Amino acid sequence: MQAFYGFKDGSGEWFVIIDADACNGCGKCVEVCPAHALEVGEDEFDPFSEKHHVRVKEGERKKIRYTCAPCQPGYGEEPPPCVAACEPGAISHSEAWLHAYAKK
Amino acid sequence: MIVVGIDVGGKNAHVVILKDGEIAAQGEAATGIQKAEAAERLYKETLRKAGLKQEAVGRVVATGSAAKRVAFADGIIADAAADARGVNRLFPLARTVIDVGAEEGRAIKVSPEGKVLDFAINEKCAAGTGTFVEAMARALEISVEEMATLSLKSNNSIPMNAQCAVFGESEVVSLIHQKIGKQDIAKAVHDAIAGRIASVARIVGLKKDVVVIGGMARNAGFIHSLKKETGMDIIVPDDPAFIGALGAAASAAAGVLEGKVKAKVVELDAVEKGQA
Amino acid sequence: MAEQGKQEYWRWPEGKWVNPRIDWRKGKIITAGVDVGSVSSQAAVLVDGDLYSFSNTRTGSDSPDSARKAMGIAVEETGLALDNIDYCIGTGYGRVNVPMAQRTITEIACHARGANFMYGPEVRTVMDMGGQDCKAINCDDKGKVLNFMMNDKCAAGTGRGMEVFADLIRVPVWEIGPRSFQIKKEPPMISSTCVVFAKSEVVGLLEKGVPENDIMAAYCSAMAHRIMELLNRLGVHEKFVITGGIAKNEGVVKRLEKELGIKTAEKVWHRPAYKDYPFETQIAGALGAAIFAEAMVSKGKVKSVRKT
Repeated sequence: MQAFYGFKDGSGEWFVIIDADACNGCGKCVEVCPAHALEVGEDEFDPFSEKHHVRVKEGERKKIRYTCAPCQPGYGEEPPPCVAACEPGAISHSEAWLHAYAKK
Repeated sequence: MIVVGIDVGGKNAHVVILKDGEIAAQGEAATGIQKAEAAERLYKETLRKAGLKQEAVGRVVATGSAAKRVAFADGIIADAAADARGVNRLFPLARTVIDVGAEEGRAIKVSPEGKVLDFAINEKCAAGTGTFVEAMARALEISVEEMATLSLKSNNSIPMNAQCAVFGESEVVSLIHQKIGKQDIAKAVHDAIAGRIASVARIVGLKKDVVVIGGMARNAGFIHSLKKETGMDIIVPDDPAFIGALGAAASAAAGVLEGKVKAKVVELDAVEKGQA
Repeated sequence: MAEQGKQEYWRWPEGKWVNPRIDWRKGKIITAGVDVGSVSSQAAVLVDGDLYSFSNTRTGSDSPDSARKAMGIAVEETGLALDNIDYCIGTGYGRVNVPMAQRTITEIACHARGANFMYGPEVRTVMDMGGQDCKAINCDDKGKVLNFMMNDKCAAGTGRGMEVFADLIRVPVWEIGPRSFQIKKEPPMISSTCVVFAKSEVVGLLEKGVPENDIMAAYCSAMAHRIMELLNRLGVHEKFVITGGIAKNEGVVKRLEKELGIKTAEKVWHRPAYKDYPFETQIAGALGAAIFAEAMVSKGKVKSVRKT
């Protein structure tokens, strides 16, 4: 299951994308996130599932654009810490950060 | 030599006239819907203020979101370039410029020579612009100026949940119903937008000296919140909304243009001596 | 927001319904779902998994009060009391406070389940636009969430975006849809995504003398386009259904269908026995919550809290 946490507004699509099927709930991304924006918890979308996976904290979802901005160095040349820490490759970001903050 | 810089933004237009390197006159006016006409009117009015005739003007450079509508401009330069040049003229030690206008916010990393090294922009969303503060002022039923003064009286930090100018208005109304004091709400509004602006600025790096320009720089409440948020000193020039136009005028003098160059009167001596 | 006494342009009318064919006293498992949204709240009651009653009300300033009001109206004059309910699940916008609920489940899961119950197992994509958010959900034939995307930050593409417009041009939301088709030619859409900037654009058009109906068409068109962009990011599959207040705005729905090249499913109950029951698109969330409650009680996953 793909969960898009974030928003789309006039300036672009700002989402942290979690592949809940690939996520093994290890929590490494939670530890390395400098903004403490992530948490691991029960599957919110399937009340009958026992699996735990990572998600963006509820209070962060509306401002994720700003929360994730400092971690997007090199404008896509280097992965942000959460992506680098994830072995199964379950976490990614939409491209707005790349497009909006281009080097001039 | 006489050059003119004109900055036509989302809400206001600014004109700066440089005569032999000194500011001869400047003017500001709301652009309304008919931006081209408003820009021309302001240009003529500012010329009158300076006691100058249109024929004496050597070059006009436009900048701002509606720069292309300025029919009488000889060329256009990018907003970031105008900001960088304008700030560099006044503050040669500036390395980060933050420009928050009515409809756009941007952060610029500038070189010691006043060139743009990097920039990040906040556009198409009112939440990171002066429009956000205006909308909240309306909800509080006070002017933006009153809001700035009030917010400086508050010592409380109430987080604003909404990240949108529309939802923010409802949140302000709800805070009023909860009997939260207007000064606390005003501060919350400034804190909220300062947080967003600072995040955008961090992308280019917050290196001192940090200079804030654009209409929002006149809001002392916002500047106070921004200082707190960044933990840095902030320089605000005397006429922060005119800096883009000043930069455009400076570039007119230096002959750096993106568009066509149509110099009517160019005093080469003045340019070479770096006076303009 | 509209004040008391001033004409309200932006609220859909309230409603309620009780199933005349069911006597709840004869039922074994009675479950309820309460969905507290930012603009409207709904409650749905199931008796042995069968739709018994529902209500669609206006959310007040207080979340618990809105929940009580919705629940109260849903069981009005039925003699059914909270003590007779086996399990109640709350859902809705943000951290809702539904005092009579034993637990909460996200509205994403509830809308998918509710849409599955209402429209049938062929539903694969649900788009719900509430007062303050817009969500796109892909689900399987059992109503289980496969993917989702939610936007609750930006007013554009939410019910509020339409409300602001309705207030600006002083036309009730329920008239905007039909009037947006009383035009000669489809105008270009409003170009600003941001509602605040779009308002200025609309004012500019009004000052230029553009006819109101054309402006409505331009606004509906823009809204449809924003929704289409969100949906395409997720991927839209038929049957495609729309829940929430926006489903009633033909001006947006028809234009969205055109942009997607997919028609929304017919607003008809999947269960043939429900043929004559009112099909209220706004109850999908509350209905889904009540269905989850029924499944949990009947599977023994939770204990009934029924007192009498």
